Amino acid sequence: MSAATDYLLHLADNALVLGQRNAEWCGHGPILEEDIALANVSLDLIGQARLLYQLVATLKGGDCTEDKLAYFRDTHEFRNYTLLELPHRGPLSGYAQGDLDYSTTIVRNFLYSALMALLWEALEKSANADLAAIAAKSQKEVRYHLRHARDWLVRFGDGTDESHARAQASLDHLFAYTQEFWAHSPAEAAAIEAGIGVDVRTLQADWDAIVDAALAEATLVRPAVGGYVTLGKQGIHSEHLGFLLAEMQSLARAHPNGAW
Amino acid sequence: MTTTIEAAWSALEQLTDPEIPVISLRELGILRDVRHGPDGLEVVITPTYSGCPAMGQIEDDVRSTLETAGIPARVITQLAPAWTTDWMSESGKEKLRAYGIAPPHETPARHNVVRFIAKPAQAETVPCPHCGSANTVESSHFGSTACKALYKCQDCQEPFDYFKPY
Ligand SMILES: [Zn+2]
Repeated sequence: MSAATDYLLHLADNALVLGQRNAEWCGHGPILEEDIALANVSLDLIGQARLLYQLVATLKGGDCTEDKLAYFRDTHEFRNYTLLELPHRGPLSGYAQGDLDYSTTIVRNFLYSALMALLWEALEKSANADLAAIAAKSQKEVRYHLRHARDWLVRFGDGTDESHARAQASLDHLFAYTQEFWAHSPAEAAAIEAGIGVDVRTLQADWDAIVDAALAEATLVRPAVGGYVTLGKQGIHSEHLGFLLAEMQSLARAHPNGAW
Repeated sequence: MTTTIEAAWSALEQLTDPEIPVISLRELGILRDVRHGPDGLEVVITPTYSGCPAMGQIEDDVRSTLETAGIPARVITQLAPAWTTDWMSESGKEKLRAYGIAPPHETPARHNVVRFIAKPAQAETVPCPHCGSANTVESSHFGSTACKALYKCQDCQEPFDYFKPY
């Protein structure tokens, strides 16, 4: 049972944290169409997270609810990839709160959506029928997210000198974090053993193919990676997740059991 | 017993999508089944997009409609098989068009992700729901909601939403 819930929380936290991050663009998008597109991507992600949290709550039983899982766990209990909690600003744009860099957003959405397009498809064969059902829906949605991010990646990379430089800098900044995709956590290993989860390493060649084709079209260079592999999915996070959760959870915590 | 099922169908028939009020839940393919279960009548609905903000409203509408009609039934939300725009009826598609939304094409044959993403998007033309012209371009993959893309007609110059295949 806990192999399933730990793994489901990993998937759910990924979707929720990136959904919350992308929603920061709501009302602040670089152009109206992108403002709306990112809000819609966020809705999909938060919807996927809800389905997964509801499933975890059912499996755990007792007084566990989707809201408790989303709003009343703390940083070290979240199991998302570190990549997804990073702010929308990279090495070119400075680190002030207002200096959001859209290329960071696009590069991250591309790297993550490419993985999830493959992972959701593989999870349609999960031994957990409920997870398989969520995967079958989510794979339809993530293909649109991937298409959106890839188109903008190519537009930025093969665009102006400025957009190219920003896209490359974002890629250089974020790419090392993708190493975490391929390093199994104990929860993933247990879920794979139980037939619930998928060994992401079997998807790596396809992910490489998607990434390399897009980068070639975008005239961007794939950065070499190495060094520290982040451990967000094991609960060891960057300093950024705490701020994200504080904003997301404060209302629910100020008004426990509030309904509207 | 069949009459209860018929009564439930006819009560639910009038329910429309909260965001696109010209199309009924049945025409959208959300209302899947009304059947006798072990504990009485069951109404099966299948959600659309995971993040669709209308789904909560739709479930509430189904429940309250059954209650008002005096038909006790359990509402079952069923994820599998996943909802698809291919379930949308022809009459539903026609109503969308008349409302100014280009109806979805049939979902394309599913290729693996690597092949899917290597191909350029939207090879098929989406005719303008206002003037019928095939001379249209996509302006954004996402329109007013996740289920729609934003298009522009090059002939009548009107923007319009396209209900994407899902
Ligand atoms: Zn037209």
